[in-house]
Amino acid sequence: MATNTDVLIRVEDLLKEYNDGAVKALNHCNMEVKRGEVVAIIGPSGSGKSTMLRSLNLLETPTSGHIYFDGVDLNDKAVDINRHRQKMGMVFQHFNLFPHLTVKKNITLAPVQLKLKTQAEADKKAEELLERVGLSDKAKEYPSMLSGGQKQRIAIIRALAMEPEVMLFDEPTSALDPEMVGEVLDVMKELARAGMTMVVVTHEMGFAREVGDRVLFMADGNILEEGTPAEIFDHPKNPRLIDFLGKVL
Amino acid sequence: MWFSELFKGMSPASFFNFSFLPKYGNFFLQGLGYTLLLAIVSVLLAVLPALMLAIMRLSKNKVVKGIAGAYIAAFRSTPLLVQLSIIYFGLFGAITIPRITILGFLDISRFIPGVVALALNSSAYVAEIFRAGILAVDIGQTEAARSLGLNGFQSMRLIVLPQAIKNVLPALANEIVTMVKESSICMTLGMSELMFAAKNVATTTYISIAPYVVAAIIYFCINYPASKAIEAIERRMRRGDKH
Repeated sequence: MATNTDVLIRVEDLLKEYNDGAVKALNHCNMEVKRGEVVAIIGPSGSGKSTMLRSLNLLETPTSGHIYFDGVDLNDKAVDINRHRQKMGMVFQHFNLFPHLTVKKNITLAPVQLKLKTQAEADKKAEELLERVGLSDKAKEYPSMLSGGQKQRIAIIRALAMEPEVMLFDEPTSALDPEMVGEVLDVMKELARAGMTMVVVTHEMGFAREVGDRVLFMADGNILEEGTPAEIFDHPKNPRLIDFLGKVL
Repeated sequence: MWFSELFKGMSPASFFNFSFLPKYGNFFLQGLGYTLLLAIVSVLLAVLPALMLAIMRLSKNKVVKGIAGAYIAAFRSTPLLVQLSIIYFGLFGAITIPRITILGFLDISRFIPGVVALALNSSAYVAEIFRAGILAVDIGQTEAARSLGLNGFQSMRLIVLPQAIKNVLPALANEIVTMVKESSICMTLGMSELMFAAKNVATTTYISIAPYVVAAIIYFCINYPASKAIEAIERRMRRGDKH
């Protein structure tokens, strides 16, 4: 199972039920993510795309099924999920920066606490990352002093400071004012170009098309269609997808 | 009139007959000191057990959760006087504390049982304050911490609690104000706090009302400004909380 080294994440028969099965947020889904690949997940709200993403690092506990990450089934109770989460960066819609810590401390807290880096090493890495997203002057600020776009860029490099193998993005631009969407997407594009494996739940069709290697369309807890951006956006087959694209494009 | 008979010997002046003050004023000061020590020490002692209870109460483990829930329910649903009596005569009937007087008025053989009883009671209330404070921290904070690979304990200690405790400080100060008043019940077990001092003066001088009026004025002068100050701090904190 999942021995192919090209495959970083493989989801098998993933089921997520609420209210004793009355609601199926994920209905026996299968997908995989290859190393270096950018996978965009699109679909109407309530389609299960965020649940799918959040299941990948077990922020949502699946009802049943398997999530292989680097060949290890994360949905096995014997697995130390904390260790694997270190390798899966996550970026949230509402940033979730730690408001009681400075920007720099937000970035260095986890690597230092988890003894992956000394404070000095973590500080150096934080400075490099801040430089990379053009926010070096904000190191000593608290999150409340930042704009939404700045917060999200910090949240991205906070995850990158752990040197993850994959980055999971949960609607990273949905809570932003329109004029700030671009600056966050630019950071994500640069990350994709640098070869980072990414899974992105997004409403930004332009981004999915331009940056995605593969696009998944979800509705009602099912992956209804998947393919290259050209296949999904130019030659959609599933009627639900055609309907959806008609509304959002 | 018939009902004027009921008030015979009581005049408004008897409320304000403060002639005992020059001689007995010091009783009240010592009583106040005792009261403040009871209130502050018992709430401070309550903080750690309360934090533990709050975290237990939020645990997924049903047994752990049930134990904390039972403790909180027991202490919140029975009168403080009953708890005090059980702890004083029951628990400290078995443990003997030497009769040592410190600060000139604090007999520790009575003070320690009193403080322990108040702290056990207070921890049930403070636990609920902490629980609300922890729940008020956005779940996204925990999710962000966990997704970085921090375990549940690290997330609680480094991310959630620092934010919760800031939210909780005004409520904690209010608990001290409540304790200043509630601790008057320790009079019944002979602890020489403010209410005991008032009764002492009343029985010694045969002035039966005014000593209690003095006690009331002292309680008020402590608690009213304190609760107003807490309100002001709360207002300022809320203003600084904009994200």
